[in-house]
Amino acid sequence: MSLIAAEHLAVRLGGREVLHHVDLSIDAGEIVTIVGPNGSGKSTLLRALLGVVQPSKGRITRKPGLRIGYVPQKLHIDPTMPMPVARFLSLPERQSAQDMAQALERVGLPDVLHQDMTTLSGGQFQRVLLARALLSRPDILILDEATAGLDQPGTAAFYRLIEDVRRDLGCAVLSVSHDLHVVMSASDRVICLNGHICCSGAPHVVRNAPEYRALFGHGTGGAFALYQHEHDHDHDHDHEGHAHAG
Amino acid sequence: MLDDFLLRALLAGLMVALAAGPLGCFVVWRRMAYFGDATAHAALLGVALALGFALNLYLGIVIVALAMAMTVAALAGRGWAMDTTLGVLAHSALACGLVAVSYLPGVRVDLTSYLFGDILAVSRADLGIIALGAGAVLALLIWRWRALLTATLSEDLAHAAGIDPARERLVLTVALAIVVAVSLKIVGALLIAAMLIIPAAAARNLARGPEAMALGAIGCGALAVWGGLQLSLAQDTPSGPSIVMVAAGLFLVTTLGRAVLQKRSTR
Repeated sequence: MSLIAAEHLAVRLGGREVLHHVDLSIDAGEIVTIVGPNGSGKSTLLRALLGVVQPSKGRITRKPGLRIGYVPQKLHIDPTMPMPVARFLSLPERQSAQDMAQALERVGLPDVLHQDMTTLSGGQFQRVLLARALLSRPDILILDEATAGLDQPGTAAFYRLIEDVRRDLGCAVLSVSHDLHVVMSASDRVICLNGHICCSGAPHVVRNAPEYRALFGHGTGGAFALYQHEHDHDHDHDHEGHAHAG
Repeated sequence: MLDDFLLRALLAGLMVALAAGPLGCFVVWRRMAYFGDATAHAALLGVALALGFALNLYLGIVIVALAMAMTVAALAGRGWAMDTTLGVLAHSALACGLVAVSYLPGVRVDLTSYLFGDILAVSRADLGIIALGAGAVLALLIWRWRALLTATLSEDLAHAAGIDPARERLVLTVALAIVVAVSLKIVGALLIAAMLIIPAAAARNLARGPEAMALGAIGCGALAVWGGLQLSLAQDTPSGPSIVMVAAGLFLVTTLGRAVLQKRSTR
C-alpha cells in the first residue's frame, strides 16, 4: 500500500479550481518532486495532502498511522513568543536531550540548542525545521519550497542533506520546488504540475517531455547538466582519483 | 476563615490571575488583543440578559461572551477586515449592554461595579464559581498545551502532526468566555482584556520560553491583584483600575529592565 495517495483530486480556492483530476501516490522510500510554474497549485496539492485544505472532489488516503515530517516554506514566529530551539524541537511531542542533539548534529547545527529561533539565519532556520521534522521519525518528509530563502550553494547543500537523510532513515520524500536543476536529478520521479498533472516520470523522461518543455522552455537543460556535474564531483570524495569524472 | 471580605477578594483575584496568565499569553501570541476586548465588552450584555431573564449572572455572561467570540471567529474566517470588524463588534456590544442595562430597574446604580469591578463585594458563592471557572480554564490549557502551542506557531505544522487547529481555536474561545465571566466582578467589563494582555506582556520581557512566559504572567497578574487591592483599600479607589494600574507599572519595570540588560550585553 502506498503511504499517501490522491484520487481524482480537485481543490477550489476562492471560487477558482486550483487543482483538477490529480491522481498521485507516493510509495515508501521514494523521492518525488513536484515542479510547476507559479500558481500551478504545487503548494495547494501539498496542503491538500496534509489535510489543511479540503478537496472539492476526489479523496486523499493516508496509510493508517502515517507519520509526516513537514518542512514549510517559511515559518513566522511572532516576536512576542519566546521560542528556544530546544523547545521548538520538542513540539508537539517531547523529545529527549540526546535525540535533539543528534538531530541537530545530523543537519549540521550542533551548537544552537539554547539559542532563540529568531536569532538563527535563514539557512540555520530551515535546518532546524528539518531537524524537527526528522525527530518525529517520519515515514514521509514533505518539503514545501524548503530552500526558497537560500542561495544556490545553500540549496544544493540542503538537498544533499535530504538525500543523506533518505539513505539513512529510508523515509519517502515529497518536495515542491522551482529549483528545477538542483532538485530533479536527486528525484526518483518528477511530477510536472499545472492545475493538473502534465507529465510525470523519471527526471530524464520529464526533462525531454514536450509538456515540460512547453512550461519551462529549453533553457533549464544546461543548468540541469551543470548540477549533475557538481553532484558527481561531490560524491568523488568517497573514492579519490576519479575527481571530475562527470 | 472565608468570612473576611479582604481574604475573599484576594483569593478571587489570585484565581483569576491563575487562569488569565496563560490564556493571556495565547491572546498576545495570536494577536487576539482586540478579540479579547470584544468578548469582554459583550459581558455587559450578558449581565443585562441574566438580570432580565432571572438567569444566573455567570451563565448569562458565558452565553453572551461565547456567542460574541464565535461570531468574531466566524467573520474572521470569511476574510472580513478583522481590525474593523472587531472595532465595530467591541463597541456595539458595549453600547448595547449599556442601553440594555438601563432598562432594568435598580441596576443603573451598580453600573460602575460591572464596568470597573467590585472585588470587595465578592461573596462566598462568587468565590466558589470563580474557583470552578478558573480551575476549568487552567486544566483545559494544561491538557491542550502542546497542541495549542503547535497550532499557534503554525496551522500547517499542526495539521502535519495530526492536530486540528480549528479545535484548538475553539478551546481558546471557550476558555476566553469563561475567563471573561469570572473576571467581571474583579476588574470589570472595560478592563478584563487588560488582565489578559498586560501580565503576559510584562512576562515576555523576562521569559526565555513559552512556559516561563505563562508562569511569569501568572506571577505578574498575582502581584498586580495584591498591589491593586492594597491601593484600592488605602485610597478607596475602584478595584479594577487599581489592579490594572499596578500591572501596567510591572510592565514598565520589566520593559525598562530588559532594555538596560540588553544595553549592557551589547556594550
